[in-house]
Amino acid sequence: MTATDDPRIDPLTDYDIFDRDFILDPFPVMDEIRESQCPIAHSDRWGGSWMPTRYNDIVAIAQEYETFTSQQILVTPPPPQQAEGAYANVAAPPISSDPPEHHWHRRLILPFFAPQAVAKYEQGTRDLCNSLIDAFIDNGRGDAAADYAQQIPVRVIATMLGVPTDLSDTFTGWVRGVLEAGLTDPKVRMESRMNILNYFRAQIDDRKANPRENDLITTLLNAEVDGQKVPEEYVHGVCNLMLVAGVDTTWSAIGASLWHLAQHPEHRAQLRENPDLWPMAIEELLRAYAPVTMARLVGHDTEFEGCPMKAGDRVLMSFPAANRDPRQFDRPDEVILDREHNRHVAFGAGIHRCAGSNLARLELRVALQTWLDRIPEFELEDPSAVTWAGGQVRGPRQCQVRFPVG
Amino acid sequence: MKVRVDDDACHGHQMCAIAAPEVFGSDDYGNAVVLIDGDLPPELEAKARRAEGNCPERAIIIED
Repeated sequence: MTATDDPRIDPLTDYDIFDRDFILDPFPVMDEIRESQCPIAHSDRWGGSWMPTRYNDIVAIAQEYETFTSQQILVTPPPPQQAEGAYANVAAPPISSDPPEHHWHRRLILPFFAPQAVAKYEQGTRDLCNSLIDAFIDNGRGDAAADYAQQIPVRVIATMLGVPTDLSDTFTGWVRGVLEAGLTDPKVRMESRMNILNYFRAQIDDRKANPRENDLITTLLNAEVDGQKVPEEYVHGVCNLMLVAGVDTTWSAIGASLWHLAQHPEHRAQLRENPDLWPMAIEELLRAYAPVTMARLVGHDTEFEGCPMKAGDRVLMSFPAANRDPRQFDRPDEVILDREHNRHVAFGAGIHRCAGSNLARLELRVALQTWLDRIPEFELEDPSAVTWAGGQVRGPRQCQVRFPVG
Repeated sequence: MKVRVDDDACHGHQMCAIAAPEVFGSDDYGNAVVLIDGDLPPELEAKARRAEGNCPERAIIIED
């Protein structure tokens, strides 16, 4: 028996990460693979991939960067024409980098994302959340995903990059073109990539002509490593990464958390009665609704946990699957806001741990706190009408809720 | 009880600082640092154990 509705699909040998049922609820399929004789499944679909499902295997792959390289990190292969043309050398450092370059690629951007550095975005994020709620609170209903969650991270990232927040819808469209539609449509993926890179090429030219104070792009353009200015392709790539990685991901975590809270009044009450719980509660929501799956490319033929992996094979690191492994987490499918031990890997593990994790947490906490302050009681208008995106980043895209007015 | 961070294993998840902000903090790069020299006050021991149990890299070392 398989966990999908389609009797033809055997998850162990033919899983489909873009299957509608899998996107809606991937956990039964992940559980079936994880508890089988073959907890690392393989599928030929979408360019072919391995999909480990146990926590220890996924963490080991994340930590073994020499075998599991970051030459490609999206869950489907890049369009062939990406390797050509003006931007062929622009990647998404440090997420797309391997050691030894990875070290400086990452070290230059980490200070922008340390907890003490991102704290300055808290008040602006809270003001933004309040203004978004103002727009629909008198209606007694609103879309927690499209009208709220989707609107927050793109504006925070735009602020951080020093680009106009009123282009948010455009940026969001480009990011979805890379991480949603583009994963199964190479033309959309290439067009979206070119839009992003053309935009930031112009931003870099602008900063070179008009350097700005306290500006991330200007700072990176002036950065030196071993006495040499860093290549512009590096700065270009970092801009690409910050937009692509900073929007869909956090928006999905905010949306999934609101989807959960809409259905769990006891958790809303728990947070209201015990505000000290917030930091741990955020980690538990991240564990249960980890949005991101990253890929690795096998660097050389190897056998991993009995699986014969060939150089160039794609391996999917499903952090959502790792975070639901009962070998690591008691009652993994339950949200336990004060969970005592929670080594979750929603942000990955090893040298590629999400560089923006402290910013993502801040946005998630402020978005949820502000929502619950303003809209303490709410419920899904129609649970079956909630739509989800999946593949690389899983989260609700339409999530209509209703609530008492006044 | 004393705690220390294995700097080679730490990749800056900051989950120790979330579980035990009195004991762990962040350097300029977001990696964990121990804020208390020597023995922890007894009232922070439970939090420190919680921090250890929340590190995905198992980089927190407790020395009883």
